Amino acid sequence: MSITTIEPEILVSTAPAARFGGWREWPLLSLAILVPFVLAALFADIIAPYDPTEPIPGLKYFTPPAWMEGGDSRALLGTDFQSRDILSRLLHGARISIIVGVMGTVVAGSIGTAFGILAGYLGGWVDQVIMRLTDAWLALPAIVFAIFLATLLGPSLWNIIIILGSVYWTRYSRVIRGEVLSLREREYVKLAEIAGARPKRVILRHILPNVLNTATVLGSLTIGVVIIAEASLSFLGVGVPPPSPAWGLMLSEARSTLMAGKWWLTVFPGVCILLVVLATQLFGDWLRIRLDPQQRNL
Amino acid sequence: MTPPLLEVVGLQKYFPASTGSLFRRKAGWVRAVEAMDFTVGEGETLGLIGESGCGKTTTAKLILLQERPTAGTIHFAGTDISALRGAQLMEYRRQVQVVFQDPFSSLSPRMRVKDIVAEPLEIHTDQPRAEREERVAHVLHLVGLQRDVMELFPHEFSGGQRQRVAIARALVTDTRLIVLDEPVSALDVSIRAQIMITLEQLQQELGVSYLFIGHDLATVAHISHRIAVMYLGQLVEMADSLEMCTHPLHPYTQALFIAALPAHPDVPYERLALTGEIPSALAPPPGCRFHTRCPRAMPRCAEEVPARKEVAPGHMVACHLY
Amino acid sequence: MNEMRMPEMLLQVRDLQTHFTSFGGSRVVKAVDGISFDLRAGETLGLVGESGCGKTTTCLSIVGLLPAGARIAGGSIRFAGEELTTKTQAEMRHIRGRAIAMILQDPMASLNPLFSIFTQVSEPAYYHQKIRGRPLRERVKELLHSVRIPSGAQRMREYPHQMSGGMRQRIVGAIALSGGPKLIIADEPTTNLDVTIQAQYLDLLKDLQEATGVAIIFVTHNLGIVARMCDAMAVMYAGRIVEHGPVRDLFNAPKHPYTRALLGSITKLGSKEPIYAIPGQPPNLARLPPGCAFQPRCAAALPICAMQAPGIARHGPEWTARCWHTESVTKEIHDAAIA
Repeated sequence: MSITTIEPEILVSTAPAARFGGWREWPLLSLAILVPFVLAALFADIIAPYDPTEPIPGLKYFTPPAWMEGGDSRALLGTDFQSRDILSRLLHGARISIIVGVMGTVVAGSIGTAFGILAGYLGGWVDQVIMRLTDAWLALPAIVFAIFLATLLGPSLWNIIIILGSVYWTRYSRVIRGEVLSLREREYVKLAEIAGARPKRVILRHILPNVLNTATVLGSLTIGVVIIAEASLSFLGVGVPPPSPAWGLMLSEARSTLMAGKWWLTVFPGVCILLVVLATQLFGDWLRIRLDPQQRNL
Repeated sequence: MTPPLLEVVGLQKYFPASTGSLFRRKAGWVRAVEAMDFTVGEGETLGLIGESGCGKTTTAKLILLQERPTAGTIHFAGTDISALRGAQLMEYRRQVQVVFQDPFSSLSPRMRVKDIVAEPLEIHTDQPRAEREERVAHVLHLVGLQRDVMELFPHEFSGGQRQRVAIARALVTDTRLIVLDEPVSALDVSIRAQIMITLEQLQQELGVSYLFIGHDLATVAHISHRIAVMYLGQLVEMADSLEMCTHPLHPYTQALFIAALPAHPDVPYERLALTGEIPSALAPPPGCRFHTRCPRAMPRCAEEVPARKEVAPGHMVACHLY
Repeated sequence: MNEMRMPEMLLQVRDLQTHFTSFGGSRVVKAVDGISFDLRAGETLGLVGESGCGKTTTCLSIVGLLPAGARIAGGSIRFAGEELTTKTQAEMRHIRGRAIAMILQDPMASLNPLFSIFTQVSEPAYYHQKIRGRPLRERVKELLHSVRIPSGAQRMREYPHQMSGGMRQRIVGAIALSGGPKLIIADEPTTNLDVTIQAQYLDLLKDLQEATGVAIIFVTHNLGIVARMCDAMAVMYAGRIVEHGPVRDLFNAPKHPYTRALLGSITKLGSKEPIYAIPGQPPNLARLPPGCAFQPRCAAALPICAMQAPGIARHGPEWTARCWHTESVTKEIHDAAIA
């Protein structure tokens, strides 16, 4: 009996040859903003001209920025009410904001994703308990709750990270649970179950890697929210304690002098917050489109 | 005499059906599978044919223990599978695997081929990594794929190649029975034949048994030793493949043959005498479930369920005409 | 061949090219790379090929419904004397649904779950033929009757979710007929249907064609459907028509190795003869080999096939094939190659 034998396959990859078509592919605007800030956060110690918590010797309080009348070229963006250099404070503040933003998101994301996966995959009473917990948590106003926790735990960088993480995990658990519900029905998951895999294995090998996309996009969008939350907490005095140069704290300290015309004390930190949050949102948007196989190739 | 590899007796599966969107009341039962009896021998292929709602997918799920039967027994290598627990259950899962229809969703998108195929080995054996990789390479070679595909991801393959990976995974643990649920229906015509040939070669070399579920008569008849025809949850005819193709007895089987398209424009085309739609399994017609569409229905068919008769050696039919 | 009374020429496609651009313009895929065919009134053309060969893109090009990133890059489509490639979307809207109708593969997705059967079937008649009121209701009842839907008057008021797949596909057929089209493009309409339902549906299409004289382009990968339904067949591969001619001629003596291979891979019912499988994979349109696109998988490939794409060779008054083999050489080489 002559059966046409099948030669071992000559593999021709059907994946698109080029992953990136050129400069158009990159999120230029968001990276143009984020990269300098991240560099500032990393190298603040080296770049900043002065110590952010020490007054500059020889300079008055409230020196305006260098290009204005009364300004001094030694303090490019001016000084605050304790003669501390605004520029140095901004650079060190970037570190705080970015650390809190990223770590807070990581904490929130981990808690939320874990809850979402357990609720979605295990179903039953586990699902009910987690979802009701999420509902209850969501009913609490985020900032108020954060303030409450902050007054309980006391101000410190790590406490803030944990607090913000504990406040913002709910947006993950909902979304991830929804995704897991649909992933659970995919054939490759069913196949793993038929092959005898136990839930732990199915979750770690099949479910988790496939929700990472969504979790990452959510994460990039959450960073902005967490940064604003931290700034709000610092503004209200329950965030990172002085004399740390957190941007929110700078805003708070300068609040009373805004009307007196010392605009550089509030505008610069405010603009920094604005830019970083905007950039993370844009980046998150780009990431979402990039990771979605259908939209990506247009 | 050795028992057949898979023996199904009196298999029945009813699903509760509820109506109403706000307050769900039980409205009755969906009689998905009713009184199924069949066997699959070692190294044999049983083809299961039927249209939507006939219960072939439910039957597959019952065999794969994704659902529990409402009644009836399933014996694998002499053991009743509903009683299996623990290590014995794992052993069953090791020996019985499945290949699904859609090659695009049956492979985990974020795992490399070598991990996908090795997974059953990881679950069922304690083999060290090197040994596993050798086994994976061996099995990939059997299905016609080269070693270097092991490092690739599913999206880098075509549909036919992915199906080969799925088949490789189904074989990797010395499987004895593979349930194939429409394995070639989603593939291009030119690839279908390749996969069918591969499946046939594998059966010859490894002696693995297949439960081949399909809707294309010609394809199923080619690969199967015996064919079972299902309609609305019931087995209406079962016979040797060649016997079935030359002497189809049940009017439904005959309709399937007529509906099968000609291979040449000059082949005289008979119009299908079948009328109407396939009834719902929620309220199947009384008596013979096929009588509402049957061109040769008699009054008796609406009242009495036809019993199964062996009309010729190995040829079983459930119809009042015989 | 009745040369005396040839029905009028309805559709003439000449050298159509449709390209998909992606990755911001850096990658161009020629989904349709120069195809030409004719269709007369009342004729059925089978457009055969596997996934990715360009048959659906051809249909979408004809009706002007190409997705984002695709455009007609060249060639002409003449329908009932008018050039379609230069029409605006507004002009195409007058043609779609009225002169040209489409039936798609998935009946679940073709019907709007929110609107009643009556609303959907009457829509083309309402917009294109401006029928209203009682005549409109009568027309809908007539259409439902012609697609063999029992109790049409009652069914009109129902919704798609209350119907089975086969019925929905017939309703899609009724919508297609509603505007009184001259051409129906059916893109794999029976692929999702059960075998017996498919047979009933094909019988229905055949009857409707005889009753209304509509021309049909039937896109499918199933040669059995072509054998049953079509007068002529065009086989597509990698965006080109590799063979085109009367169905009987192609089934009896195919001139192109791909056609021959497709015919050879049909499993004959009841036979345990070994199936002939075409080796290799369907082509990747982004990276086509030089020369003939089918050459890597061709059992009868000559050295020239890998170097230069063959031109169109004529084998009969309506029969063409793109292959380097001349008639006498083809069968010998091919049979020897697969023996």
